[in-house]
Amino acid sequence: MAQIELKQVEKLFGEKYAVKPMDLTINNGEFVCLLGPSGCGKTTTLRMISGLETASGGTILLDGENVTWHHPSDRDIAFVFQLYALYPHMTVRDNIAFPLQAEGMNKDDIDTRVSEVVDILRIGHMLKYKPGKLSGGDQQRVALARALVRRPKAFLMDEPLGALDAELRETMRAEIKALHIAQNATTVYVTHDQVEAMALSDRIVVMSAAEVQQVGTPAEVYYDPANLFVAGFIGSPGMNVLKGQLDGDVVRFLGNNNTLPLPARYRIPLLTTLDADKNVIVGFRPEAGTINADGSMQGEVYAVDMHGAYKLLHVNLGDVPDTHEPTIVHLRTDRMASNPMGSQLRFTVDPAMMRFFDPKSGKAILPSQTDQTDRQPVEVLSTTAEGQA
Amino acid sequence: MTAVQTQARTSNVQQQKRRRGLSDRAIINLFIWPTLLLLILWNAFPLFYSLFLSFTEYSAIARKEPVWVGLANYQDILTDPQMWKYFATTGRYALVTVGMQTLLGFGLALLVREKFKGSGLITTLILIPMMLSPVVVGLFWKLIYNPAFGFFNYLIMQTTPGKAPDMLAGTIARTPVPNLALWAVALVDIWMWTPFVMLLALSGLKAIPDYLYEAAVIDRASSWFQFRRITLPQVAPLLMIAVLFRTIEAFKGFDLVMGMTGGGPGDQTELIAVNLYRQAFQGQFRTGHASALAYIILIIIIAISNLYIRYLNGLREEG
Repeated sequence: MAQIELKQVEKLFGEKYAVKPMDLTINNGEFVCLLGPSGCGKTTTLRMISGLETASGGTILLDGENVTWHHPSDRDIAFVFQLYALYPHMTVRDNIAFPLQAEGMNKDDIDTRVSEVVDILRIGHMLKYKPGKLSGGDQQRVALARALVRRPKAFLMDEPLGALDAELRETMRAEIKALHIAQNATTVYVTHDQVEAMALSDRIVVMSAAEVQQVGTPAEVYYDPANLFVAGFIGSPGMNVLKGQLDGDVVRFLGNNNTLPLPARYRIPLLTTLDADKNVIVGFRPEAGTINADGSMQGEVYAVDMHGAYKLLHVNLGDVPDTHEPTIVHLRTDRMASNPMGSQLRFTVDPAMMRFFDPKSGKAILPSQTDQTDRQPVEVLSTTAEGQA
Repeated sequence: MTAVQTQARTSNVQQQKRRRGLSDRAIINLFIWPTLLLLILWNAFPLFYSLFLSFTEYSAIARKEPVWVGLANYQDILTDPQMWKYFATTGRYALVTVGMQTLLGFGLALLVREKFKGSGLITTLILIPMMLSPVVVGLFWKLIYNPAFGFFNYLIMQTTPGKAPDMLAGTIARTPVPNLALWAVALVDIWMWTPFVMLLALSGLKAIPDYLYEAAVIDRASSWFQFRRITLPQVAPLLMIAVLFRTIEAFKGFDLVMGMTGGGPGDQTELIAVNLYRQAFQGQFRTGHASALAYIILIIIIAISNLYIRYLNGLREEG
């Protein structure tokens, strides 16, 4: 197994950046997801690691060895494609044996190795079929087997579940996770599905517009997004973000009379970062709000989504003066709670869950490290995050 | 549906029928029968009439009724060593032309497969021989092969009078070389029809998705291994179709030979189809005999085609 290091790796298509210079270290045995909307450069990054795409600049190290200019076949890396890329004219067995035959391994060894991975993935009964006869899930299992059989240094997976239907995706996701835990193989996994990324990863690399937005554990990107993009992209719906103005110990929101108290640990960082106009963007997750008759936030119920285990309220805090568009925040409530559309409500926001962003750069403003009194430890939060994902 | 509605609909249908006059079936027949009649007159009738003639003694220019002779014509042909020689010539011709066309055509397809500057133009240029009329090709290759001023001898740098080869006469320095004229004709056939094989092979190659090669590179397959295990099996069905077409055409080989040698020198380039023409339309117009020969050729071609088609079906079932 291997460590993968990217140093200022970039990719240009013509004049345009497909991937802006990025640094990333993927540790031995780690499962890292590259997550982002389509066209953000995540697949290009993966293909550069594999060598299917050459980097326009920077260095790629594999176990400390510079492989930037190595041919894909000299990198000892396995790649699982979104559309399986099985050889259609060969049987499942020959597909799995292909990488070993290409190496010129002798027949007996090939048989042992093939039956090994076939047992792991439980695909023994389909060995003599052609891939075209198999379901999407089984084809992807065969593709995984073909990757596993080589015992490569690392696995690269390009949306391997993207072509499967929802139910099968969940099954296969669990299988991939179990496989990773059993093999403890360094894995880089590309997906646009944040649920998948949250469920599988040790760390997530959030990408957008050819740039890395944040690298962190699932809990970190969920609770402490580095910027407004990550705040909005992670979670469904994303983090609520409201434009406000700092006024002493409270933040006043524009266009309505709502205020939120400023958590003490943010006081100094905000004062040192913000401009003279004191404009700031406040973010909080839907589950951070609690309906409370004494709450400092007030709004009108705009819509109610029943999600089974909980309800999601769309609350209008008041129309924006210029555009007359509603200012919507999402709140998560008990499934039994009754908040009919059009009714007024008041709510509070857990100060531990409040985040602040600089309106100019969109970057998160970090709390002062000295005062952690009202901050929950991340470990506790991380279990919650998995429950939600 | 209420009773009133039902009634209204029925009367509506009747109205439509009256207006149209013809039933659907009548219209269908009107479209199908003229075509069928043409097919019967131009295809089915000659097919069966010639089958009948092949069992008779008959000449189209003699004013005599066909005389039933049973299998005598077939017996004649199959026991005539001269005919076996023509079959052998045809077989050799087919083997060499189809073999070379497949090799060269597939090779060319591999070369022009990747897009490069001017690849479209080059592909089109390569296709030109195939678009020419075989008679024209035969005639101008006759000029190219001309021992006195032909371009061919110039190309192989043998232009000394008296020593240069006369390809179509089958001689080098006035000494006969066995089968030289046959290979000269075969060369023209190869020149003319290699582009056809290339075209089919190219469409087969272009249909192979890139990701298969990406997967193979990741699987650390060498170029040769990729060619053997991916390219070849993927392109095989289309290549086999090209081979099938060319084999059938080789057994019907006639136009190029007539344009260049007329079967000569001696009977060196007398392909079976050329001999068939000679029997049917030259000298005695041996119509019955020629019909029998035509049927033998037909059976051979069907047999060969069947082998290929079985192979193709085998590929498809596996795939």
